[in-house]
Amino acid sequence: MQTVWFMLVAVMIAVYVVLDGFDLGAGIIHLLVARTDRERRQVLRSIGPVWDGNEVWLLAGGGTLYFAFPALYASSFSGFYLPLMMVLWLLILRGISIEFRNHIDSLVWKPFWDVVFGGASALLAIFFGAALGNVVRGVPLDDANEFFLPLWTNFGIGREVGILDWYTVLVALAAFATLLVHGALWVALKTDGELERRARKAAQAGWWALLPLTAAITWYSFAIQPRLGASFGARPWGYVFPLLAVAGLIGMRALDRRSLAPFLCSSLFIVGMLTSAAFGLYPYVLPSNIDPRLGLTVYNASAAPYGLKVGLAWFIPGMLLTTGYFVYTYRSFAGKVAVEDEGY
Amino acid sequence: MRRVRRASASAFKMDALTVHRLHFAFTVTFHYIFPQLTMGLALLLVVLKTMALRTGNEHYNRAARFWARIFAINFAMGVVTGIPMEFQFGTNWARFSKSAGGVIGQTLAMEGVFSFFMESSFLGLFLFGEKKLGPRGHWLAGFLVFLGSWLSGFFIVATDAWMQHPVGYALGPRGEILLTSFWGLLLNPWLLWQYLHNMMGAVVTGSFAMAAVGAFYLLVKREQPYGQTFVRVGVIAGIVSAVLMLFPTGDGQGKNIALHQPPTLAAMEGLFKTEAGAPLALIGQPDVEQRRLDNPLEVPRALSFLTYRRWMAQVKGLDAFPPDRWPDNIPLLYFSYHIMVGLGTIFIAVMALAAVELWRGRLFAQRKVLWLLMLSAPFPYIANTAGWITAEAGRQPWLIYGLMRTHEGVSPHVSAGNALFTLIGFMGMYVVLAILFLLLVYQEIDHGPEAA
Repeated sequence: MQTVWFMLVAVMIAVYVVLDGFDLGAGIIHLLVARTDRERRQVLRSIGPVWDGNEVWLLAGGGTLYFAFPALYASSFSGFYLPLMMVLWLLILRGISIEFRNHIDSLVWKPFWDVVFGGASALLAIFFGAALGNVVRGVPLDDANEFFLPLWTNFGIGREVGILDWYTVLVALAAFATLLVHGALWVALKTDGELERRARKAAQAGWWALLPLTAAITWYSFAIQPRLGASFGARPWGYVFPLLAVAGLIGMRALDRRSLAPFLCSSLFIVGMLTSAAFGLYPYVLPSNIDPRLGLTVYNASAAPYGLKVGLAWFIPGMLLTTGYFVYTYRSFAGKVAVEDEGY
Repeated sequence: MRRVRRASASAFKMDALTVHRLHFAFTVTFHYIFPQLTMGLALLLVVLKTMALRTGNEHYNRAARFWARIFAINFAMGVVTGIPMEFQFGTNWARFSKSAGGVIGQTLAMEGVFSFFMESSFLGLFLFGEKKLGPRGHWLAGFLVFLGSWLSGFFIVATDAWMQHPVGYALGPRGEILLTSFWGLLLNPWLLWQYLHNMMGAVVTGSFAMAAVGAFYLLVKREQPYGQTFVRVGVIAGIVSAVLMLFPTGDGQGKNIALHQPPTLAAMEGLFKTEAGAPLALIGQPDVEQRRLDNPLEVPRALSFLTYRRWMAQVKGLDAFPPDRWPDNIPLLYFSYHIMVGLGTIFIAVMALAAVELWRGRLFAQRKVLWLLMLSAPFPYIANTAGWITAEAGRQPWLIYGLMRTHEGVSPHVSAGNALFTLIGFMGMYVVLAILFLLLVYQEIDHGPEAA
């Protein structure tokens, strides 16, 4: 039962990164590719009806994590206190920049919110990457499964780690590049003309940065977290996850650029990378970087069996409904966006 | 003879527990400014869309679009200030989350899965898809936004109700709290009245806001057809919800407290001594050190009657309970409760006056009543906030009533300094948000319903 919920939470996080990832990525390239007010409205319009729903996956994923693995939620959220609070501030700034930008037509109002939108999106991608890096590397959990990490110490990966060290910074950069490409492919898909061309160019340039970064974090992760090698060694079928990521990475470049395929491949790449990490760490959900016995696993972090069982009874129909809403919403807003057809 | 006050001797200390409590209190108080309007306005938007559908009159569609623009700004504020609430259970209250997450995580996760997805998906469709959906589809999108927001309120109140009156649980071997009855959690006897009372509070906020904007248009002689619609819908919804807030929902909630949290009832009412035929204090200031109510204005025996429906019933005062079970901030609890009840009574009077004038067909020309409606708009926010302070300060000194003390729930490794840093950060951020919100809402009102 714990393993089922581990997979469900992993799926929710992966869906969150794929969906909110493209609107974060759209934010990252916003200032680079959209130059005129019309183009910037096009970028915002391409995510306008969906970004809020995408972000709900973070909330729902968080809620699911909370009830399925309360000890993990408590330990990781209080341990990563400072960066999480900064993530909250960035989410606030980003949310209002999208919603408020078009309310006042002024040459100081709009550029201000464009910069806030771009900056907050870029920093969020970096923070989420660093968070993933921390989970893979492990944290100094104590006997009560608790810890507290400063933002940085000496950037080394010893006993006195900080949130930011050379490894997590590298993962953060890889996350930034991943979401940049992902967002650029989305914008290219949803817009036309000069904007589409520039977005496509950004995706290409980003891909060339992504390639070495992916190789580097893969090597580095296996080097600092022995658990990964052990997992893949014990259950070789797990190699299917990294293969998905490789297929996505190649497909992004190789497949028909005009179609939906590159964006789907980018999604596949994200899912492949995240599931590889989840598979490699399992049964750990938050390993210890000091003593493997102190790590949080799906067994010592989960809620009681009764709660997990009844949870499944409402979670599955609830998520089927949700999938229905999302398919319907995305179909309703399918195709290139027209700026003239604004919402309220 | 006056006793020397002990409190004055100790220096003002801001320990980690105090900062964590202020952190949650500040962020949740600011957050709840927005959802109360979201939930109230969602219902009124469905009313406007229904009128549009039934009459086929474009006027009501324009009215709905105008309020949808304000709704969208307000909704965005609710979303961005709401995400920190869920996070804070883990960041600032880790010990609480670790013990109780298996129970309240259920309702919080259900809120995400059942209401947030519905709300956000259909709000996107409601705001951006009117042409594609057609009139009936657009009505349905609006209805689902309403349903989603009211479900969200249900799950949050269910979470709070469990903390007020824990049911359906057992204690595990390591002291963790295990859920034993899912339906017990969702059908908590505390939940029904608290939920309905809270939702009526939200409708009061929405109604007063709509009536106030309508009154403003009529007073400045702009957009008068819309002004009349807004005042009519606002006043009718306002009188109904203000009455329902008092009875039966407020009354039912009061009985819950009398039954399950008797020290809280005594503190709310400023009743220090157990009495048969206890009076109801209308005003007065509790002096906790002297254990008495200063400058009281009381209705004899009314508290006994309201609580037990008998004039001479005995009501337990604070003296019936050991001080370590008393709420730890009695004056705050007393004042917030009295502000809530006082304002709630005034709302009924204001809306009754406006409703009579509306019924006689004279309201739109009665400038004094319109002024009253316009200036009343902020007060439901104060009453709703005071109501929640009553609930939460009334739950003290417990985090989960009778089960976990508040000081046992905080994150042990997050220092006072780190918590103060982020509290200051939120304060700065929220000042900016408040200014932006007022600016943008004023701008929408100024543009008016005819603006595209």
